[in-house]
Amino acid sequence: MYIQINNLSKVFKTQQGSLLVLKDINMAIKQGEFVCAVGASGSGKSTLLRQIAGLDSPTTGEVRIDGMTVTGPGPDRGMVFQHYTLYPWMTVQQNAEFGLKLQGVPKAQRREKASYYLNVVGLAPFAKALPKELSGGMKQRVAIARALASEPKVLLMDEPFGALDVHTRESMHEFMLDLWQRTGITVFMITHDVEEAVFLSSRIYTLGSRPGTVRREMVIDLPERNSHVKRHSVFHDYRDELMDLMRQHGREGLFPMAA
Amino acid sequence: MMDKDQPDQSDINPPGMDQTRMGSAMTPSGGLQSKNLEPTVFWRLAEQIPKSLNWSLMAASLLLPLVLWWLVTAVKLIDPKFLPSPGAVFAAFINLWSTGELLKDTVASLWRVGVGFLIAAIFSIPIGVLMGSFASIRALLEPAFGLMRYMPAPAFIPLLIIYLGIDEAPKIALIVIGVFFFNALMTMDTVKFVPKDLIESTYMLGGNRWQTLLRVIFPYVLPGILDACRINLAAAWQLVIVAELIAANEGLGRRISYAGRFFKTDEIFVGLIVIGVIGMSFDLLFQYVIRVAFRWSSQHR
Repeated sequence: MYIQINNLSKVFKTQQGSLLVLKDINMAIKQGEFVCAVGASGSGKSTLLRQIAGLDSPTTGEVRIDGMTVTGPGPDRGMVFQHYTLYPWMTVQQNAEFGLKLQGVPKAQRREKASYYLNVVGLAPFAKALPKELSGGMKQRVAIARALASEPKVLLMDEPFGALDVHTRESMHEFMLDLWQRTGITVFMITHDVEEAVFLSSRIYTLGSRPGTVRREMVIDLPERNSHVKRHSVFHDYRDELMDLMRQHGREGLFPMAA
Repeated sequence: MMDKDQPDQSDINPPGMDQTRMGSAMTPSGGLQSKNLEPTVFWRLAEQIPKSLNWSLMAASLLLPLVLWWLVTAVKLIDPKFLPSPGAVFAAFINLWSTGELLKDTVASLWRVGVGFLIAAIFSIPIGVLMGSFASIRALLEPAFGLMRYMPAPAFIPLLIIYLGIDEAPKIALIVIGVFFFNALMTMDTVKFVPKDLIESTYMLGGNRWQTLLRVIFPYVLPGILDACRINLAAAWQLVIVAELIAANEGLGRRISYAGRFFKTDEIFVGLIVIGVIGMSFDLLFQYVIRVAFRWSSQHR
């Protein structure tokens, strides 16, 4: 198992007392898989992603990547946030190179690598542009290229297309699928967008809310993975199933069962 | 004077307002218009006005008082000893300039503010950034700095004269005191606005704290820091004049106090106007530099 989450729980101390955000999370992701965790707000999915990223540490349990326990952030896990987080004073090229620069990679090498990945995401002509000149979708692609330039083991994505409009989001879905098929990188993505999850993932974990727990694991077996997949009824069956699950979890969250 | 490249938004109703409930009326030309929101150019609220109007109003801001001043002195409404005419002030200006005294005074004041401000900036900026970045350092320094910042710098003058004499040192020290604490605190505040995502992205890319501070936080806050400097330079400029009013051999403040002693109001006016113009020039220069050097910053003035 490439990404292994074992019995992970997270408690936050707030002014109102202790808040159990994640409870007994167990997940296993194989190398090269594209896995989504889908949940409503309050399901702790961002918190979960942060544990895997190493930006936060679990109260109990652990995260292992390629056998090694995660103890802190690092470039072996590429991270893409919802709000691009590009460095506004740097050009696209400089942004893409930045991770490598931090890691001490010499200039020529990092330029080559960054250019390669900018090409992969289709933004090579915009290498000298500033982030403010780019559209949302383009900015996100730069963020992806920047993360990939460090050649991470896994790509972690936190609702990466949530801030984009519907049309851009759809083209980004196709882009993401294509990227994954070309690079074969392991991806773990959290989202609340049901169609997005079905379109992209090989497996989906659904998370319930308050506290966040793994409720269901769905295997998504689609006859083809491309822009035409939505013509198949099986796509819509998965989508409907996932929607029902989300609704169910949502109801349970509103009226939590007695412990 | 309608600006061609900007549609007149003043007669479009605000969104979400029900036409009929607002009591709209048909204008003679047949358009619908809200009774409460009549078209206007001058009184546009939180909107741009045409550029030509903008420039005219700005010119009027300077010319109108000038004309008024000239008029008042021309009809000899006030004793010319109290209020010299623009012509008399100009003559005094020419006089002071030709004797080289004005230039000497200006250079002296500029030198003091330059040195004082530079010293204050060199120390306050890094300290401010550290205070903004590390909660521990902030907790350690903010209370003390906050206290010092509320002590008016001119109140230190007697102490400074006792400690440092009446030469250049106390004046420069005064500027440093007046600028340092304020600038550190303002710089600290700019760091507050660095998005957490940006910092975490840097960690995820393999950066350590030092790299994050130097290569991410510092460049991000630089436009804000320079803007704080712009504001504090204005304060420093005022302080220099105040210091000179009290004890100096030359300088614009000294020129004013000297002229005052001999009732030369025309020279006082020259001093005041020169001080104002220089201060304004600093401000405009800073604004220009910030706008040009930091095009990436989304902050517009």
